[in-house]
Order: sequence, then structure tokens, then C-alpha cells
Amino acid sequence: MESRRDFLKTAVTGALVLGSQPTLGLAAAGDPHADSGKSRVVVARDPKVFAASGKLDEQRVLDLLDRAVASWTGRDKPVDGWKKILGHDLGPDKVIGLKTNGLGGKGISTHRELIMAVAERLQQTGIKAGNIVVWDRNRRDLEVTGMAINTDQSKVRCYGSDVAGYEDQPAVWGSAKIRLAKILTRECAMVIGMPILKDHSMAGVTFAMKNMYGVVDRPMDLHATGCNPGVADLNCIPIVRQKVRFTIGDALSSVYDGGPGFRPERLWYPNALIVGEDRVAIDHVAWQMLEKKRAEAGMPTFEAAGRPARYIATAADAQHGLGTNDPARIHMLEV
Amino acid sequence: MRFKLGISVLLTAMVAVLLVSAVAGCKKKPVDPLPATGAVAGWEKSGDTRTYAAKDLWQYMDGGAEQYVSAGVVSTATSDYKFKGQLEATVEVHAMGDAAGAKKIFDSSSSAGGKSVAIGDAGIAFDQSVAFRKGSYVVRVIAYQGGADTQQALTTLAQAIAGKL
Repeated sequence: MESRRDFLKTAVTGALVLGSQPTLGLAAAGDPHADSGKSRVVVARDPKVFAASGKLDEQRVLDLLDRAVASWTGRDKPVDGWKKILGHDLGPDKVIGLKTNGLGGKGISTHRELIMAVAERLQQTGIKAGNIVVWDRNRRDLEVTGMAINTDQSKVRCYGSDVAGYEDQPAVWGSAKIRLAKILTRECAMVIGMPILKDHSMAGVTFAMKNMYGVVDRPMDLHATGCNPGVADLNCIPIVRQKVRFTIGDALSSVYDGGPGFRPERLWYPNALIVGEDRVAIDHVAWQMLEKKRAEAGMPTFEAAGRPARYIATAADAQHGLGTNDPARIHMLEV
Repeated sequence: MRFKLGISVLLTAMVAVLLVSAVAGCKKKPVDPLPATGAVAGWEKSGDTRTYAAKDLWQYMDGGAEQYVSAGVVSTATSDYKFKGQLEATVEVHAMGDAAGAKKIFDSSSSAGGKSVAIGDAGIAFDQSVAFRKGSYVVRVIAYQGGADTQQALTTLAQAIAGKL
């Protein structure tokens, strides 16, 4: 396993490569806690995370997750890092939700290997297996990830809102008037967002914040005008804002055009995880990754394609205050 | 007299049967474009057909549904397939309101990196996907693995679907 010294060295290299991040100096990269006041986003990569067969290497996924969490938390041991992420108020009897994304089908959904790696590390912090709920809209969205539906409390549970249902009374914030999934409102003390990075035919980009469309009964009601301000408003609903506290973003593979469905001709492999707690900063970083890939492929920017991800700026504005999209206030570490 | 009445009743009945048959023949039969297992060599229909009306299409493709709805989609049918027990694929058949709607959807996807194939009114093939339009239909066949014979296998399946439309 890579030592702390090694990954910090990698972070320095990443900082140099990221010349566009003016605030990411060597001092900050050498000390991951020297960025107080900034939103930390870790982009962890492993170019060999997919084996030659095209399948994910489970051990390398776990190692990559550990590297991302260690870099984000500043804790060498994965268990210590996860305890920091969970905070002191989450004991073993609390339920942790892992909100995955399987909408795009089996070709472009959150990878099972990553889901299980997160579940493994959570259990090592003392969380009971049955208190981990892998969750999405419905059976189909979960099964395409490779997960099996399970409601047995002795194992990691996995089921959708088609089983647990939605609240009768709508929650309201701005333009969002929606019924929330009971798994979010009643079961989970905390939710870790586990989106997969994709192009989106209306929103431009779908990742951390857009993943929350899977926690409402009628997401199509929030799609108007490029999902803006729908995405930001939904994430401002207090229970969404408070419970969805961390993101382990899956950018192991991605679709850079033609999304949100699977388009194998537009599939690419960033081989990366994007990790942090500031959902706006994460989406900003994810958006930049997609823009870079599209430029490399000779495709127009999202703006030019008529689907700019404006909801990211909306989420950062004074009214919403969900996080920052200002590069000067984002401490991005590439490891 | 009784004989004449009998003939008259018989003729009337025959005309009625002919009329009913003619009307039934004119009525458009619902198309099931998804080939059954064995209908196309090597291909197995490995999942049930799922059909979504326009108003429910979001359940299948979330935000992706909007562009289909605005182009006049009537319904979408989809099913999973397997080729020689190995290659996994999904077929989507979008029944649009008219050929213009089908063209609009077909043309909305970038063709970069693809090659034209003679399927339906227009077709395009990539390494792991084939799409075509025919009349008011847009069809996409997507594979989840690559391989030397993937594109040919997808093209064969797509041609069979086109033949049913």
C-alpha cells in the first residue's frame, strides 16, 4: 500500500500538473490540512484499476478508495479516515445509506466493486452490515450495478424506493415540490452519495447533486430549463442537505456525450474517484473533467451544445449556499 | 319463397363476414419488433419486454426522455439480449409519432466515429452499438462488451428488427 509520504508526493505532482488551480501551492499540497476555509476535493486515479479483461480489479478499487479517503481526511488508516467522515454522532446502530445511480443501465452505473469497498470500510468502523443500505429508485437501477436485492438485516441491505415508498406529504424548497424517499427520510441517519459521472442531455453534467433526482418520486418535474434551479433547489431541502453529507463519486468509467443513458461509443475511462463533502465543488471538478474530455474528442463545450450546467453556479449562489464553484476556494488534490 | 329467404340470409351473412374481414385487415396490427430467442441466429432474448408510454418514459431514461417526448415519442419497448450466451446487449425500439420525429432523434446523436450501414432509412454502426431509423421508428442496439464480431452481430440483429418494422 502506498505510504502517506508517497501519496503526498503524488499530491504535489498533481498540484504542478494542475496549473490552472492557482491556490494549490506546494505548501498546501504538502499539508492536506493547510487549506482551511477551502472545500477539499480529492481526485484519486489508478490507470490499472481495470484489468486487461475489462473487469475492475476489486483490490485496486479498495486501494484507490483508501488513497482517496486518506488524502481527503489526512488519516493514514482507512478506519480512522472513515470515522472522521462519519463524525462522532454516528454510532453502530445508525443506518448509513449509499445512494447509487443505475439509471443509465448496466453499462454506466455505479460500480458494484466500489459499492462493496465502501460497505466493507464502513463495517470496519463498527457499522453493522444490516445498517448499511445500498439504495436507488428501484430494483432495476440496483441490479444493473451488479448488486442483488436483499432486505435481510444480517447482511448489507439493498433495495429501492419501489419497496420502501415515498412520503405522502411533499417537501418544498423553491421550485422543488416533491415527495421524498422514505429510505432517506426515515431510515438513514446519513447518506453517502455514490453517483457515476455522465453527460446529461438536459443538465449538461450529472454527478453529485443531480444524483439526488433518484430520491424523489417524480424527478421529471425538476427537469425544466436544464434542471436549473431544480437540482439546486432539491439539494436545499433541509433533509437532503443535512443527511447527504459525503460523496464518493464514481468516475472509474464515464459517458462524455449522449448521456444520461449508456453510449458505448462515448464511453471513456477516467479511472478515478472524486471524493469530498462539498457537493458543489465536486460537481464543478466533475464538470471540468467532462469539458476537458469533450474538447479532446473535438466536441463542443456544454455551453455551445446548448446545455450548460448552470445549476452548479445556482447551487453556489447566496440564496442556496450549498458549496462553492469558485476554483480559488476549492482545494483540489490529485492523487 | 322460403328458399329465396334462405339464400338472402346466406348472402347477407357472407357479405358481413367479408366486410368484417376487410376492416380487420385494414386495421394496423400492433408491431412486436423484438425478435424471440432463436429468431436471429445466435441471439437469445434474455429479458422480458418492458414498454413505456411517453408519459412514463422518464422511468426508463430520466432526463433523457425529454428529447424523445418533445420529438413525439409514442412508446418505447426494450429488452435485453445475449449473443452466443456471452455478449450482452440491450435493444431499444422507440415508436415516434411520425418519420420526422424519428429523424429528429436519430440525427441528434453525434455520428463521429461511426460508419453508415444500410439498415432502414438510415443507419450507423459503432464498435459496440448500431442505430437506425425506419419510418416512424428509431432503434438502438447496444452491447456491453466489445469483440471482433460484436459489430457484425449487432448489425445482424438490427437488420432482423428492421425487417419486422
